[in-house]
Amino acid sequence: MGSRASSLLREEDIEEIKKETGFSHSQITRLYSRFHSLDKGENGALSREDFQRIPELAINPLGDRIINAFFPEGEDQVNFRGFMRTLAHFRPVEDNEKNKDPSAGEPLNSRNNKLLFAFRLYDLDRDDKISRDELLQVLRMMVGVNISDEQLGSIADRTIQEADTNGDMCISFSEFIKVLEKVDVEQKMSIRFLH
Amino acid sequence: MGLFVSPFNNLLCMLLGISFTVWFTLLLVFIIVPAVFGVSFGIRRLYMKSLLKVFEWATLRIERGAKEKNHHLYKPNANGIIAKEPTSLEEELKEIRRSGSSRDLNEFAMSDIFYFCRRGVESIVDDEVTKRFTAEELESWNLLTRSNYNVQHISTRLTVLWGLGVVIRYCFLLPLRLTLAITGVTLLVVFTTIIGFLPNGRMKNFLSEKVHLMCYRICVRALTAIITYHHSENKPKNGGICVANHTSPIDVIILASDGCYAMVGQIHGGLMGVIQRSMVKACPHIWFERSEVKDRHLVAKRLSDHVEDKSKLPILIFPEGTCINNTSVMMFKKGSFEIASTIYPVAIKYDPRFGDAFWNSSKFGMVNYLLHMMSSWAIVCSVWYLPPMNRQEGEDAVQFANRVKAAIARQGGLVDLLWDGGLKRSKVKETFKEEQQKLYSRILVGTHEDRSRS
Repeated sequence: MGSRASSLLREEDIEEIKKETGFSHSQITRLYSRFHSLDKGENGALSREDFQRIPELAINPLGDRIINAFFPEGEDQVNFRGFMRTLAHFRPVEDNEKNKDPSAGEPLNSRNNKLLFAFRLYDLDRDDKISRDELLQVLRMMVGVNISDEQLGSIADRTIQEADTNGDMCISFSEFIKVLEKVDVEQKMSIRFLH
Repeated sequence: MGLFVSPFNNLLCMLLGISFTVWFTLLLVFIIVPAVFGVSFGIRRLYMKSLLKVFEWATLRIERGAKEKNHHLYKPNANGIIAKEPTSLEEELKEIRRSGSSRDLNEFAMSDIFYFCRRGVESIVDDEVTKRFTAEELESWNLLTRSNYNVQHISTRLTVLWGLGVVIRYCFLLPLRLTLAITGVTLLVVFTTIIGFLPNGRMKNFLSEKVHLMCYRICVRALTAIITYHHSENKPKNGGICVANHTSPIDVIILASDGCYAMVGQIHGGLMGVIQRSMVKACPHIWFERSEVKDRHLVAKRLSDHVEDKSKLPILIFPEGTCINNTSVMMFKKGSFEIASTIYPVAIKYDPRFGDAFWNSSKFGMVNYLLHMMSSWAIVCSVWYLPPMNRQEGEDAVQFANRVKAAIARQGGLVDLLWDGGLKRSKVKETFKEEQQKLYSRILVGTHEDRSRS
């Protein structure tokens, strides 16, 4: 039962996670309880199957890409630190945080990092650019069998044409940022965590 | 040596004999006899009230302990971990595209994935389904180790109280309850077998009713179940089907101690099988062989035959098909709603503070579960009999099932979900993902006329 989990998390760990991710003490304990309840194998780490057991995630067209974002390159177990680090991208951006600690580096939930998270959903082979092929694959995931290959191809071509500024027929991260500069990323890629 | 021991032996035997007799007399007078006649002394309610006071005191002590050490207390937030936005795919995509650029609303934008991404991560943090298959978290502690989250904040006084609780529960309540349970089950088997020899007729039905009620009442006391029945005027009548939300096998005992039902189920081996076989001698229950369960037509035929015979008792069915943790009602299987008869919905809501009745069948076996039940403080629940419902014109079985489910959820204060309880063990069907993809494609491509215009 997830209830006993909070006593397994040490105070030092909670403090470290707090510093790294910006979540509050109670948010961390509650998320640990959730982590523990997803961890059916009770080995302190989540596998891909643990995520796929969530029905709402399993029916999400981009479910597999989102699950992938939690696992670092080449690994198929994610521990609680990694889990929190990925979730931290979705913390809302608070204005007073910007002035807190300039030497600590960019917070995980900055606009840039949120965009990077989204970019990585498209970038299947993690080579820091989105090729036509990759864009097509992700589009196919989102539309299923309802749109023909030609139509999808022309959508992909048009998208790359509009975004690509250096003519390499791929979308780099800076080109990605430029395309989305007017979009309210902070709001659309944030989840309201309750205190 | 022998001469020395024997007076002690005699004394010991005498003491044991006396205490046994006292024990049994108390049991008989205070529990079994009232159960037979269906009266109550109110002992259980008094017990419940005093327990509540103890729990309140315990919670205050824990909070005080945590404040002194300046630690944070783990409190399961009843509102959830996150607040979800109830916007639909269409609304949100339109919003993003409007803010992004002044282009056509029916064209792909790279920002489209934000919606799926956020929804996906939201469901990882908090989803509606997986949390229904584990026991509900309590707001305050009820002196059972199995539901404590703040172990480090317990003072000595509280530990002593908890220890006392353990002694009371395991050394006094548990043996008492076991005795009652064994008595109840034995009486049921013996009496129903005897009644089975009588010729079919009014006498047999009358006796069978009395015997069933009596034995179930003893079983109710064996669990120290404190049940409040509401709206008894809506109790199910012959020729109808009673449907209720399912939390544990105890649901059957709770409902059957207030009225007579024909049970439906698969025939088991062992003790369960013995009970089932003897019950069916006294009155017609519907038991299926394992092989027959898969045959939906056979099941439907036997159920309809039963309801058509107005002299037979109402059927008791749990359409969810599996145990849910009593915070929600999940999809009702349409089988029982296809049969043409009146449905009597019943809502059962347990109070988790005294003992959690939910059977997590993937974690605990039946024996373990019953042990948990009999060593909790009590099982407190409310039963609401809802007014009977019939299938309306133009309504199909699924819509009817959903209407009944909504009524039960509303009465019991439970969340009404469309998800299938079978998701406890199996994966969700691909068709749901395909629906999502279809929805997105429609927004992307627009209607046929829009396409030809551009």
